[in-house]
Amino acid sequence: MIELGVIDIREKIFSGELTSEQITKAYVDEIKKSNINAVIEIFDDAIDTAKQMDERIKNGYRGKLAGVPILVKDNILIKGKHCSAGSLFLKDYIAEYTSTVAQKLIDEGAILLGRTNMDEFAMGSGTETSFYGKTLNPHDNSRVPGGSSGGSAAAVAANLCAAALGTDTGGSIRQPSSYCGVVGIKPAYGRVSRYGVIAFASSLDQVGPITKNVEDNALLLEILSGQDKNDETSENEPKVEYLKDYKNSISGLKVGVINSVEDMLKGLESEKNYNLAKQFLIDSGAEIVNLDINNMELVLPVYYIIAPAEATSNLARFDGVKYSRRSEKAKNIDEIYKFSRTEGFGDEVKRRIMLGNYVLSSGYFDAYYNKARSLQAKLRDEFLSAFKNCDIILMPTTKGEAYKLGSKTDPVDAYKEDIFTVSANITGLPSISIPFGSGSTGLPIGMQLLAPHFMEKRLYHLAKFIESNKEIK
Amino acid sequence: MEYDVVIGLEVHAELKTNTKCFCSCKNESGVEPNTNCCPVCIGLPGALPVLNKKAVEQTIRAGLALGFDINRTAVFERKNYFYPDLAKAYQISQLVKPICIKGHLRVGEKDIPIDRIHLEEDAGKLVHSNDGNTLIDYNRGGVPLIELVTDALQEPHIETADEAIEFLEKLRQIYIYAGVADCLIEKGQMRADVNVSLKPKGSPIYGTKVEMKNIMGFKSVYRAIQYEIERQKDILDDGGKVEQETRKWDDDKGINFTLRTKENSQDYRYFPDPDLLAVNISEAEIDKIKSTMPRLPDELKKIYTEEYGLSEYDADVLLQFKHVSDYYNECVELYRQPKTVCNWITTEIMARIKTETGAGPILIDKTDLVWLMKNVDDKKINRLSAKDVLSKIWGTQLHAEQEAKRLNLIIDIDNNALDNIIKNVVDNNATVVQQYLTENDPKILNYLVGQVMKETKGKANAGDVMAKIKEIVNK
Repeated sequence: MIELGVIDIREKIFSGELTSEQITKAYVDEIKKSNINAVIEIFDDAIDTAKQMDERIKNGYRGKLAGVPILVKDNILIKGKHCSAGSLFLKDYIAEYTSTVAQKLIDEGAILLGRTNMDEFAMGSGTETSFYGKTLNPHDNSRVPGGSSGGSAAAVAANLCAAALGTDTGGSIRQPSSYCGVVGIKPAYGRVSRYGVIAFASSLDQVGPITKNVEDNALLLEILSGQDKNDETSENEPKVEYLKDYKNSISGLKVGVINSVEDMLKGLESEKNYNLAKQFLIDSGAEIVNLDINNMELVLPVYYIIAPAEATSNLARFDGVKYSRRSEKAKNIDEIYKFSRTEGFGDEVKRRIMLGNYVLSSGYFDAYYNKARSLQAKLRDEFLSAFKNCDIILMPTTKGEAYKLGSKTDPVDAYKEDIFTVSANITGLPSISIPFGSGSTGLPIGMQLLAPHFMEKRLYHLAKFIESNKEIK
Repeated sequence: MEYDVVIGLEVHAELKTNTKCFCSCKNESGVEPNTNCCPVCIGLPGALPVLNKKAVEQTIRAGLALGFDINRTAVFERKNYFYPDLAKAYQISQLVKPICIKGHLRVGEKDIPIDRIHLEEDAGKLVHSNDGNTLIDYNRGGVPLIELVTDALQEPHIETADEAIEFLEKLRQIYIYAGVADCLIEKGQMRADVNVSLKPKGSPIYGTKVEMKNIMGFKSVYRAIQYEIERQKDILDDGGKVEQETRKWDDDKGINFTLRTKENSQDYRYFPDPDLLAVNISEAEIDKIKSTMPRLPDELKKIYTEEYGLSEYDADVLLQFKHVSDYYNECVELYRQPKTVCNWITTEIMARIKTETGAGPILIDKTDLVWLMKNVDDKKINRLSAKDVLSKIWGTQLHAEQEAKRLNLIIDIDNNALDNIIKNVVDNNATVVQQYLTENDPKILNYLVGQVMKETKGKANAGDVMAKIKEIVNK
C-alpha cells in the first residue's frame, strides 16, 4: 500500500479499505527500514494523530487530505517541532509558530509524518550539504537525489510517504523530482504563502508539492495556494481546480521551444529525452513554436547575484544571539557573531553569504546587483512576449541523470546544474517537472514545462496528458 | 579666523499608531520587557513583515504638515548591520524612494530646507543588568519611526546651536499638533543626530562634517553643537584638518570623542526588501489626509494673536503644550472671552500642571472652569472664592457650581444688609479709618475690605465693598 498516492490513500480510507493509522505505521516502518537518509525526523505524534483522524473520519470528516501522511522539508515550520534547514546552526531550534502551508495541510486532515533532509539552508543541488549527512538517490544509492529538496523527492520516490512538500528557489523542487522520477512543481511566485518557511532568497522562493502523479500534485497545490495576510507577496489569485475540465487531447496546443536552450542541450544526456518529448507532442497534435529568447545564458549569473544577495541578508538573523546555536567559545558580542556563524554555517552557505555581501557592497552594487535586476526585468519581458506566440514552453529539467555523490567538487560546476531551472524563478513563472524517460544508465530524467503567470492549469493539463499517454522509452 | 557654521540634523520620532510598523503587536511603552513581541518583530525564522498602512498615513501627515511632496511610489529597503537589539540583523528602512521628499521648516526668518522624511522600524533596547549581563527588550523593536533629514547642502543653513534647538522644538510641536507623534523626549520618542561642519566665512566649499549620533534631549544637543563648533574652530585655527568621523557626545563630561572614523564607516548594503511590495500612494489618499489635518501651531498662533487679541507671549504659552491649547480652544468655544480664558489658563491652570519636563493633565472639566470664569465676570462669585473652588474640585469628581453653593460662596447678599455690615465695620474700626484717612495707604483699605468680606462670609463683591467703604469714610 505504500506505493499509493494521495488521492488513492484518501479514497481507500474513506471507503474503509484502509485506516490512516495503518498507512501511517506502514510509512513509519518503511522510513525506519530505509537507508537513503531522506527523512531526518519522524514526528512522534504522527501515529496518534492518525488514530484520532480515523475517529474523525468515522464521524463523517471528509477533509481533502483526511488521514494522508505527508512529509515536509526541514525549512517549513510546524509549531512545537524541530526545524533546522539542514543546519547545525538550528539543530536545536523548535518552531514557535506554524507556517501557512503546514497549517493548510493540517486543516485538510493531512498527517504530518516528519521532516525531510535538504541542502543546508536550501543551498545546493545534491542534498550533500546537510548537517544530517547526504541523502541517497533511491534508484541508485551511489548518486545524489538532487537538491535542495532531495529528501522530499527521494522520500516520495522511495514510498516513504504519500507526498512531500519542497521549496524551490532555483530548481530545488524540479531538479530532484527529475532525478528521482517524481512530479514536482514550482508554482508562480505569489501563488503560495512563504510565511513560516525559512527564507533563502525571498523574491524567488516558492513552496510546492512533490508527488507520485500529476493529479495528486494538482490537488496539493490547490490546497496550498491562496493569498495570505501574513505574506504581502502572496497574490489574490482565485483558487483553481486545476484538472477539473481535463480533456485527453492537446491538439492545437502551441508548445514553445527556446532556440538557445536547444543549443545548450547539444551533446548533453537529456538531449535525447528532450527530442523524444518534442516528437511525442508533435505526434499528439501539438504545434511546436520556435522562440528566440536573448540573454538565456545570463540566467545563471543573474540568479547567482540576486539569490546570494537576498540570502546574505535573510541569514543574518542567525547570529547566535537569540534562538540559533551560540558558540561555546564566545566571550563577548563580537565573538558571539564571529564564532557562532563560523561554526554554525557550512562552507556552501558561507560561500554564498560572502558572494551576497560582495554584490551588495558599496562600489559594486550597481555593477552586480542593479545590473542583475535590470537583466531580470529584461528576461521577464522576453518570456512575456514569448508567451504571445505559444501556450506553454518545453525545456529539459536537468542536463541528464542524477550525478554521482561527491562528484561536484567545483562549486561553479555545481551551480551550472541549475541552468535550465533558474529561469522560472528569475521570471516568477510557474514550472513543473514530470518524469520523461530515462538516461544512459536507466535512471529517470524529467521534462520541464513553463506557463504564463498563474497558468499552472496549463502545466497540469499537459503534464497529465503526457503522464497518461507517453510510452516510457 | 571667521567661519561659517553649517549644521545638519537627522531627527527620529516614534510614530503614534496602535500597532507596530510591520506586525500587529501593540505600539506602547512602559510595559513588561518582551511582552509586545511576535515572530515578526523578534525576527524568528520564516516570519514576514506586513506593512501597517496607518504608519504610512502618519508619515504622509508629518510630511504634509511640513510642506513636503509625497512620493507616489515609495520603497522599503533593508539596512544590514549586526547589533543585538536588531532582531533580523537588518532594519527595514527607506533609501532611494522615501515617502516624503523636499520640505521646509521656518526658523526665525529662515526657511530651513529638509531633504526627506522616511519611514523605518525602531530597534529593541539593550538593558544592562546589575550582574553584568546584557539583556534585550524587543518591545520597541518594530515600532514605526520617521527619520527627517535636513538638506544641509541647500541654503539657508542652520548656523547656530540656538537655531538647531528652535528647529527641533518647532518640529516637535508640529509633530505633536499634527497628531503623528507624542515626542516624549524622556522616553526617547524623539532623538537627534547632529552633524557640524565649518568653512571659512563666505567660502562656497563645504568643510568636512563630523557627526554625533543619538543625542538624548535638546539641552544636550545644544551643548554638543556648541562643543563641536569650538573643537573644529580650534583645529582649523591651528592650521589642522578636521577628520570626517562619527563622534560620541558624553553629556556627563561635556565632551565628545571618536566613535568611528571614515575608514571604519559601516557599509549597510541597502537593497529593496523583497518581502514588501512597493507602496503606492494615491492623490485621493493624500487629499483625505489633508482634509483631516488638525490645526497646526502657526495657524493657531495667528488666530490667537490676530483674532483673539492675545499677546505673542500668551499665545506661545498656550501653544507650548497641545493639550493646553486644545483645552483653551474648547473653553473659548463655550465662553467667547478669549482674553479672560487665556488669563485663567496661563495662570491658574498652568501653575497646577507644569512640571520640570513638561505639563501634566488638566484635572478640571472645561464646563466647570467656564462656570467659574463666567460667574466671576458676572460678579456672582469672588475671584478668590472662585480660585478656592478651583482648588477644591481639581482632580476630583466635584463640580464648580455645586461646590460654590455648598461652601456658600455665591454672592446673593442684598444691598441693605451689606450697607449695614460696612457701616458696622467702619464704626468698629474708627482708629484704623482715621489712619487710612491720614496715610491714604491702600493696604489699610484692603484690611477694612477684608473685615467686611469676613462678615459677609465672602459673599460680597470685593470691588463693590471697597468703593462703598471709600464713599462712607470720605464723607
